[in-house]
Amino acid sequence: MAIHIIDRRLNPGGKSLENRQRFLRRAKSLVQGAVKKTSQERDIKDVLEGGEVTIPLDGMHEPRFRREGGTRDMVLPGNKKFVEGDYLQRQGQGSAKDSGPGEGDSEDAFRFVLSRDEFVDLFLDDLELPDLAKRKIAQTESEGIQRAGYTTSGSPANISVSRTVKLALARRIALKRPRKDEVEELEAAIEACTDEDERAELIARLEKLKAKTKRIPFIDPLDIRYRRYEKVPRPVAQAVMFCLMDVSGSMSEHMKDLAKRFYMLLYVFLKRRYKHVEIVFIRHTDRAEEVDEQTFFYGPASGGTLVSSALQAMHEIVRERFSPADWNIYAAQASDGDNSYSDGELTGLLLTEKILPVCQFFAYLEVGESGGSAFDLSDSSLWTLYERLRNSGAPLSMRKVSERSEIFPVFHDLFQRRDTAQEKAAP
Amino acid sequence: MTERLFEGADWDFHTLQRITDACEEVALKDLGLDVYPNQIEVITAEQMLDAYSSVGMPLFYKHWSFGKHFAYHEASYRKGLMGLAYEIVINSSPCISYLMEENTATMQTLVIAHAAFGHNHFFKNNYLFKQWTDAEGILDYLDFAKNYVMQCEERYGRIEVERTLDAAHALMSHGIDRYPGKKKLDLREEEKRAGRRRQHEEEVFNDLWRTVPKGASKTRSAISLERRRKLLGLPQENLIYFLEKSAPRLAPWQRELLRIVRHIAQYFYPQSQTKVMNEGTATYVHYRIMTKLHQQGRITDGNFLEFLGSHTNVVFQPEFDDQRYSGFNPYALGFAVMQDIERIVTNPEDEDREWFPDIAGKGDVMGVLRDVWANYRDESFIGQFLSPRLMRHFRMFHLHDDPEERAGIRVDAIHDERGFRRVRRELARQHDVGFIDANIEVVDVDLSGDRRLILHHRVIKGSQLNETDAKRVLQHLADLWTYDVALIEVDANDKVLREYVVSPRPIAAAVA
Repeated sequence: MAIHIIDRRLNPGGKSLENRQRFLRRAKSLVQGAVKKTSQERDIKDVLEGGEVTIPLDGMHEPRFRREGGTRDMVLPGNKKFVEGDYLQRQGQGSAKDSGPGEGDSEDAFRFVLSRDEFVDLFLDDLELPDLAKRKIAQTESEGIQRAGYTTSGSPANISVSRTVKLALARRIALKRPRKDEVEELEAAIEACTDEDERAELIARLEKLKAKTKRIPFIDPLDIRYRRYEKVPRPVAQAVMFCLMDVSGSMSEHMKDLAKRFYMLLYVFLKRRYKHVEIVFIRHTDRAEEVDEQTFFYGPASGGTLVSSALQAMHEIVRERFSPADWNIYAAQASDGDNSYSDGELTGLLLTEKILPVCQFFAYLEVGESGGSAFDLSDSSLWTLYERLRNSGAPLSMRKVSERSEIFPVFHDLFQRRDTAQEKAAP
Repeated sequence: MTERLFEGADWDFHTLQRITDACEEVALKDLGLDVYPNQIEVITAEQMLDAYSSVGMPLFYKHWSFGKHFAYHEASYRKGLMGLAYEIVINSSPCISYLMEENTATMQTLVIAHAAFGHNHFFKNNYLFKQWTDAEGILDYLDFAKNYVMQCEERYGRIEVERTLDAAHALMSHGIDRYPGKKKLDLREEEKRAGRRRQHEEEVFNDLWRTVPKGASKTRSAISLERRRKLLGLPQENLIYFLEKSAPRLAPWQRELLRIVRHIAQYFYPQSQTKVMNEGTATYVHYRIMTKLHQQGRITDGNFLEFLGSHTNVVFQPEFDDQRYSGFNPYALGFAVMQDIERIVTNPEDEDREWFPDIAGKGDVMGVLRDVWANYRDESFIGQFLSPRLMRHFRMFHLHDDPEERAGIRVDAIHDERGFRRVRRELARQHDVGFIDANIEVVDVDLSGDRRLILHHRVIKGSQLNETDAKRVLQHLADLWTYDVALIEVDANDKVLREYVVSPRPIAAAVA
């Protein structure tokens, strides 16, 4: 009988992918809810890691006719001490057994793992970000240097020793340059030789060898090779994102939450574009400090408000760690708009002179209390200042937000407006 | 001494070939098995997960529920909650066995003996499989089903197709013919038939017929109840079949989808009735083959010990008060009974002669076992061959749990002279699908009234349907029937216990 043995391991994987996508599509609203919930609990950097989500089973239940209750009979193994006619006490409801997916009442939630891409897609889908993102960011390039073979000219520092020696060796062999031991052998033979004629002949041969050795140098300028380098344009694949936030007493939890969401979006957005994204958190009251994420969002702080301190801190950090040649710099500032009046001048100067020239993008987000009626009143001091700067041509993006639901549209707007040369007036 | 099949744990495809040849030699010559041609496929863990989620079949139509199962299995596999099977075997001709690439050489030998010869023989020879399944046609039919579902999605939209399939899946456990019909299913023929039917419809389509005035219909009351029931083939317990044939407003493609789901349910019907026997057979066969190979010196002592380790794990039966207990292990029970038959046939005691006069001391172990494998299912197998000795060995006892009984759960019978027959009958009953599945039938359609479909659930031992699930399933049923559906639960004395009435959802709502 013929037996076929087949190796299926190399078959393309992902056979279940389509079924999985159907499942996700069907459970979309549920999964999306779960994704949002999960991402709220995460730090900005982890927001994109895929991971386990739990959805309520309800919508995904596969019902069957199942019977339950009634009189039950069962045969069990492992009788120890029972005899016929014994009565056993009932213990509660008995232990519930584990069941498969979607079976049994005990299971009201369904857990599974989303891949990173699925997670991001679901996270962004709601926001319709990906298409938007593709168009908006300016392509940034820098020149990189790349090895590109060998050359016969170059600076001594670039001599490739191994290649040079290799070529020299080949040439010496090809031209039959006498080897050192060959010469030594002959010299020893001359030393030991007693016969005059033979000795003379040997000496002649030695002379010839020595002459040849002289004619054919050990290393010839012809042999020398230099490592060749080429300049290639290389997209800057890294970005740094500065999160600046006012943490003075006037910023409420709600405002901070709005800011966090905005930062999250910006991070997701940048992460799609750049291989490597760093985040720097700078919080300020009347003085600024770089802090970690936890402290940034949740650490207590109090004091007055000097926006220029944060800008100064950012400027210093850029100078020390993030050279604009190597990094794409993005900055997003969140504040309730308060600023000490005397600070306005300095803030404007720092921004236009130091910060904006090195930034790809600078967004200012003014957050307000839920309800947002405050915005109908007069503009805040910071808003007034920034608006003046913008009107005089500074590339600033700015928006006001007071509700969670507004975050995405604002984000959308900020990036759309970068596309158009003329910035429209803020609402 | 014979040459060893392999050394250590590593294997390659030549090793697999040698192993299969060696197993085949023992299986055919010593055990006298009769198998379909074998096809052995080596797969990865991911492919095994794929197979899990499409009920073990190599190809299947697309449906979200399979994706859900995949996600579930994958999550528990990644967390290490679940190990994967060493193999999956498909009742088809050629008989396809999937082997995991991670298995050691010993495990591959075990698995080939288990699946490619044990299960394979059972599939080919057991009467239920012969009666209900078409091993040669199944893969072609699945291919047809997959393509047909795909075409339907293109023509009628994914959501519509999904809706029909969802409903069919919900009714799947009641889409089975339980009694042998006129003829055996020929799935290849099925596939051609579907094609011909479509073609015929297209050829004879004539729009004129729509305009022909219909004659006065017969007065509805003229059709007597008896005649009506006969026309509709009532009572009918195959709900999917009934819908396929009689649901008034289904499109032809929907009927075809129902038919596909019904055929697939029918294909798996024998497997659910023969878990103990199927696994028992395969385990018994692998045990015999491995022992023989070891005796022949083709497997080293070390490898044989490795085999015994896995074998012991497979046939482990925890006791009822053990944390690991989750019912009788079909491998353990089936293997134990078959080994016991071997003992009774070759070396019976007085008790065995009394209980099994037909086979005790007969001498021809394989002859008896082959006969058993061919002609029994779990319920009759246990009812016939579970010996007192084995009941004592497992220390079986029977509990009777009547919720009305205040004193608690009664121990009805134990493994003693008085209890053997009762314990055995009760265990056999636990493996009888007739008792496991709810007994639901279509009994009438109110054709003269509002076309309400009436179903009865015959309640056995007071065990009624789970309410939430029952409502959901009936919702699906009503969506297909397109008129109201009533399900009445009645007990043995025709007393009505509960009544459900469900109306079909408007299509837009159902889609959402």
